[in-house]
Amino acid sequence: MYDFTYHRPASLDEAKVLIDENEDAQPLSGGQTLMPVLRARLAMPGALVDLTRIDALRGVNMEGGRIVIGGATTHAEVAQNEQVREHCPALAALAGEIGDPQVRHRGTIGGSVANNDPAACYPSACLALDAEVRTDRRTVPAADFFTAMFETALEPGEIVTAISFAACHDAHYEKFPNPASRFALIAVFAARLGGATRLAVTGGGTGVFRWQEGEQAVDRGEDLAAAPLDEGRFTGDLHASTEYRIHLTRVMAQRALARIG
Amino acid sequence: MNVAATAPKFGQSVKRQEDGRFLRGKGKYVDDMILPGQLYAAFVRSPFAHAKISGIGTEGAATMPGVTRIVTGQELAATGLPPLPCGWAITSRDGVPMKVGIRHALAMDTVRYVGEPVALVIAETQNQARDAAEAVMVDYEDLAVLTDITDALGDGAADIHPDIAGNLAFDWELGDESATEEAFASAAHCVPLTLRNNRLVPNAIEPRAINACWDAADEQLTIYMTHQNPIGMRMFYAAVFGLAAEHKLRIVSPDVGGGFGSKAHNYPEEVVVAAAAKLVEGPVKWTADRNEAFLTDAHGRDHLTDVELALDEDGRFLALKVDTKANVGAYLSGSGSLVPTYMYATMLSGQYVIPAIHARVRAVYTNTCPVDAYRGAGRPEAAYVIERIVNVAAERLGIDQAEIRRRNFIRDFPYQTPLVYEYDSGDYEKSLDAALDLADYNGFATRKAASKAKGKLRGIGVSAYVEACGIGPSGKLARLGGGAGMWESAEVRVHPVGTVEVLTGAHSHGQGHATTFAQVVSDRFGVPIENVSVIQGDTDRIQAGTGTYGSRASVGMSATLRACDRIVEKGKQIVAHLMQVDYDTISFEDGIFSSTDSNVTIAFAEMAFAAHAASGFPTDEIEPGLVASSFFDPPEFTYPAGVYVCEVEIDPDTGVVNVASFCAADDFGNVANPMIVEGQVHGGVTQGIGQALWENALYDPDTGQLMSASFMDYGMPRAGGLPDYKLVFSGVPSPSNPLGMKGCGEAGAIGSPPAIINAVCDALDVTHVEMPASPEKIWRLCRERETA
Repeated sequence: MYDFTYHRPASLDEAKVLIDENEDAQPLSGGQTLMPVLRARLAMPGALVDLTRIDALRGVNMEGGRIVIGGATTHAEVAQNEQVREHCPALAALAGEIGDPQVRHRGTIGGSVANNDPAACYPSACLALDAEVRTDRRTVPAADFFTAMFETALEPGEIVTAISFAACHDAHYEKFPNPASRFALIAVFAARLGGATRLAVTGGGTGVFRWQEGEQAVDRGEDLAAAPLDEGRFTGDLHASTEYRIHLTRVMAQRALARIG
Repeated sequence: MNVAATAPKFGQSVKRQEDGRFLRGKGKYVDDMILPGQLYAAFVRSPFAHAKISGIGTEGAATMPGVTRIVTGQELAATGLPPLPCGWAITSRDGVPMKVGIRHALAMDTVRYVGEPVALVIAETQNQARDAAEAVMVDYEDLAVLTDITDALGDGAADIHPDIAGNLAFDWELGDESATEEAFASAAHCVPLTLRNNRLVPNAIEPRAINACWDAADEQLTIYMTHQNPIGMRMFYAAVFGLAAEHKLRIVSPDVGGGFGSKAHNYPEEVVVAAAAKLVEGPVKWTADRNEAFLTDAHGRDHLTDVELALDEDGRFLALKVDTKANVGAYLSGSGSLVPTYMYATMLSGQYVIPAIHARVRAVYTNTCPVDAYRGAGRPEAAYVIERIVNVAAERLGIDQAEIRRRNFIRDFPYQTPLVYEYDSGDYEKSLDAALDLADYNGFATRKAASKAKGKLRGIGVSAYVEACGIGPSGKLARLGGGAGMWESAEVRVHPVGTVEVLTGAHSHGQGHATTFAQVVSDRFGVPIENVSVIQGDTDRIQAGTGTYGSRASVGMSATLRACDRIVEKGKQIVAHLMQVDYDTISFEDGIFSSTDSNVTIAFAEMAFAAHAASGFPTDEIEPGLVASSFFDPPEFTYPAGVYVCEVEIDPDTGVVNVASFCAADDFGNVANPMIVEGQVHGGVTQGIGQALWENALYDPDTGQLMSASFMDYGMPRAGGLPDYKLVFSGVPSPSNPLGMKGCGEAGAIGSPPAIINAVCDALDVTHVEMPASPEKIWRLCRERETA
């Protein structure tokens, strides 16, 4: 890895100043993607601003019936959090299946959402559970947040402070893990919100998306197997062809829906 | 009153003496070590699979901060550094010696695989070295890339090495071709199969590392390196550097974090670092990162084989024909010629009476990382061939897969196979019965029906492996083309208070030698195991040895036992004087010397003290002190064997293969420590399941880039995807060493891949599935099955 300056601010304000003052500063929130990238010398930030010691960014609160999770909250904390388990058990279960124990104790929800890996788990929950991404500047609905693979609506220097989710008991995350990386080869987060079905797909290769034709088919009582699925959302690689990913999407969606009844 | 100091240890699950430091994170590895004036090295590596080097620009890099020196291949060659040797001479069928592609430690004018080292940068910190390595400018001119065996052998394929036509290193055979053809001509059934053995990356948890230090004043080279065979490396480096005097070389391998064979080789990187240490006259350290490990640790397997089995009406084997093309990579690694020949073809008789066998092996150069020994080294490839074709034949003839094996088992030992080896002992049917019993083989139909009711496909697979371990005897190996003696040495030093040091040339890289060797000594001397230290891995302390690979601990432990016997012998002579009785009346048991002519007894530690006090016996007859050594050259290989039965349950909707159960009945002869042996089987079986289901070193055929070059893309087995294994040891003691041991290190990795694939084929009712049986591959087969 190349040399960089490591900062560990204690407050959000301090973090913002550090990021503003250092042109090539990069926020660090667990580093489960960034650190391997740095170790492989694929990125050269001049400074890393570690957000994980900022108390205001950590922990879970209930606000107006929504679950609000601080951006620097680790996957392990989400998985074990009593409120998440009570108000949205599927979200806790999702967090508990990310990576391995080491990853879950370092990686954070804010880091995952800001990185928007096309095979990450959290973005699918965000789309399915009507999440809002709160930053140091504004609140962005999930539907507008994930713009393309590894791209989000975040502006330079903007920090994810929290993500709020709709509480939901009729939800299930069905993941087909990549046998090597344990990222989603394909995973579907299914939820019923306000009587409507949501099916959010991750792992397709081009970025997380809602399978709206599938959602509509379910809500109309039609056969999900016959619902159209846009091939353009999928790519093939050494782990799975496009065709197989599309097939898995249907299987994972059906299994997720079967679990929520 | 004298009492036995200890209960017998051999055969008991004694807790590992070394685990205290490992579990506390206090192991000592090469990378932990920082020497005064430490310098660090980083390699410039080829990003191309095949290219001409038209120039290397080091000027910019040389002036970067901290840079001490940049070394190129031309510069190293100018110091007289010879190309790397391949240690095993193979002669082709036409009598021509194998053709060895010249492998320079640093590439000279051509690179032949991605990751091949091109230059070395030495700097004051690791980061400075890496920064400067990136600034070294190498001009490459692309050449045609060949990664696949068939392509490399194809008409018009470019030659990877000058003067090696058709990329063929050798075209070798073993067995009786005409007898085999005759048997096939009159056979009732001939069953063919073509199968691949997928290429694997070893993935030891500790990457390769070296810290080399040249002492110019004494002209002495000290090398700390993670290796399975430090004494072998001393011989190798002495030859490479012309430091023919081995006393000018010291190799130290401290704790070694896994090897699986990949740390038994002589690699170019380590040679370059050692040579560079001489050039800069200081300590130079290099530790591979994970990417370098993926790209350059010698890979395993990679065979393409046509096999055909001839059977009579009753399903008895008549003859076996095998034609294997082995991908050896861009260069022949140290054992690159041995592994696909004498480690492989010699095992093709399996556990069966097969009157006629012929095997042809072509070793093929490609633009890929060199291939060498990896857990099993040729024997897993052989077991896969024979255990797959046996199942295909069973299916063709409508014979149960267990029954066809039972019908063809070797029953009389010793058994001379048609392929060099004489199996020393075994009871294959006993292992089969034990494994079938553990697996509740007869209850399979019920479980299959239960799976079907859940929409799942269940299959059961049997595999019966045999392997050759305890490598020796030296004479036999020399006749097969091997160079070095294959004995093992031990020195046993008894201190005045009766504590013991064992110095062994074997070197543990996870096998628990500090425990098992101490068990042998504790029993023989009747001393507590805590009073025994096992010293290994430092050539200044251990003068001779051949290292640990091929389950050779039985050889080293036998040498240890013999050295202990010599200590006891001397002890009896001393005790005869102390007791003033005839030597012939002395016996030694449970740590106590006694005489039929005296009611006095002398404990082992008392004898040890007397040996050093040297006052109670005539020192002109018996020398003081208590040290003995032994060089044990085994009279034969040992032949561990076993039968594995596994069940898989396949989800036809996703293609996921779930290993539902795995049962192993192994004959390892006498077992020194069942807990450690269980661990070895667990690890081996897990690696074998990994090969069968997930692991795959996949090169892009157009660019020669390794596509599965990280843990993001290379599927390692994980505990969560595996069942609890059921194990039983049905040992028949080996006559090939005094402890009756056979060895267990590779067995699991040898027997498990065919067991898994046999089960997958059974579940899908197909003839063959290539490894790894990845979800998409299986899903497509399930879909075809439904369509059919």
